[in-house]
Amino acid sequence: MKKLFIVAPLALCASVAMADELQAKVEDMMLKSFQANGIATLERQKQDEVQKACSSPTPPDADTMKRLEAAEMATIKWPADGHYIDGDWKEGQKIALSGRGLTWTDKTPDNNGGGCYNCHAMDPKEVSAGTIGVSLEGYGKTRGNSEEVIKYTWGKLWNSKAYNACSDMPRNGFGGILTEVQIRHVMAYLFDPASPVNQ
Amino acid sequence: MRKQFKAVALSLALAFAAPAFAQDELNFDAYREMLADGNPAELYEMEGEELWRTARGPKNATLEQCDLGLGAGVVPGAAAQLPRHFADTDRVQDLESRLMYCMETLQGIPSEQIIKGKFLKDERAKLAALVAYVVTHSNGEKIAIDLSHPKMKEMYALGEKAFYYRTGAMDFACSSCHSQDGKRIRATQLPNITKPEGAAAGWGSWPAYRVSNSQFWTMQHRLWDCFRQQRTAEPIFASDVTIALSVFMAGKGNGAEAVWPGVKR
Repeated sequence: MKKLFIVAPLALCASVAMADELQAKVEDMMLKSFQANGIATLERQKQDEVQKACSSPTPPDADTMKRLEAAEMATIKWPADGHYIDGDWKEGQKIALSGRGLTWTDKTPDNNGGGCYNCHAMDPKEVSAGTIGVSLEGYGKTRGNSEEVIKYTWGKLWNSKAYNACSDMPRNGFGGILTEVQIRHVMAYLFDPASPVNQ
Repeated sequence: MRKQFKAVALSLALAFAAPAFAQDELNFDAYREMLADGNPAELYEMEGEELWRTARGPKNATLEQCDLGLGAGVVPGAAAQLPRHFADTDRVQDLESRLMYCMETLQGIPSEQIIKGKFLKDERAKLAALVAYVVTHSNGEKIAIDLSHPKMKEMYALGEKAFYYRTGAMDFACSSCHSQDGKRIRATQLPNITKPEGAAAGWGSWPAYRVSNSQFWTMQHRLWDCFRQQRTAEPIFASDVTIALSVFMAGKGNGAEAVWPGVKR
């Protein structure tokens, strides 16, 4: 009986140590198995806190999620002039359709697509829409354009992790994927009554 | 031979370019059925068989003494049991890294040439043809990799970790797209690799001939392009991450039938 008491904590220590060792090995592998190519530098192989916390089949505990989300929320840049949806939906459509940018075969980092259709349905007429994200068909029409909805949408586009730390969606504004002007266009694509999204 | 292949590939590309829109694209199974009896990858397979038997490299030797795990020169069934731990290298090797090793040791062709090379070019293209040859001789076999060696166990564990490892400009991991059933990116169906059926569907259908660009892609090529789209830095050819992910997929897919080479959009 006494022996059991001694052995159990030791076994626990051993398995924790093994998990730490595996974690160290995977971090090393995710760096050493890659090489820099063009704009895709090795910096990309280093995880930030959110990426690290969300790299297992199960999300972290609720307190950790809340803490991470608050930190991400603080990174959101809100439009200085208060204009959220006065972009051009036609430009927004191009951004939503384009999945280009930021790979090692891309040269310029400032004309990226948003890749929205990779995961979301938007214009009901576009059949080739992905299904990983929720459908955004009729977005403005069904959700309205209250300040709450508009601010949430801007924030979600800028930094999705502020609302769900382990969201599958990229952090478009925070990550430098889309510019503020581009996000304004995507907002128009979602909210403008004339946009195909709302037909 | 090359010319003939190009002509066939071109006519196929033309034949299949037309309906590649909208709903048709959502149902690619029809393409696969149409191509089942005449997979253009056969031309790569023929080239690979020729390469296997041709004396090449500084040592002017063939690959007929290459041990893919079942003994020197044994090709049938070998791919179904890869990746595996090889005692002579004390490493876990997939088909591509093993062939690369054979080319270096038997023929004297430096692995660096392949690692630093480009897909579809020079020695890396020849390696892909050899892959086509070897996998064709495991077509219809059950995936049966042996995970008992400690280094295989470790590679599997590392592969699983790598699968969920979020990184890069868009925070993606393999799991971002491959951990749910029945999802798509645009019109492309995504296997759920966290389940045996999905892992087998992925592992057991690459390498494959891609109709959309008339190219034959190995699994190394496929993984490289996954990482490109994930916006990571560039994975090094045959590096540990590619082997670890391969062991993870093959191990999870163990027991399922491989369709090699596959046909893809």
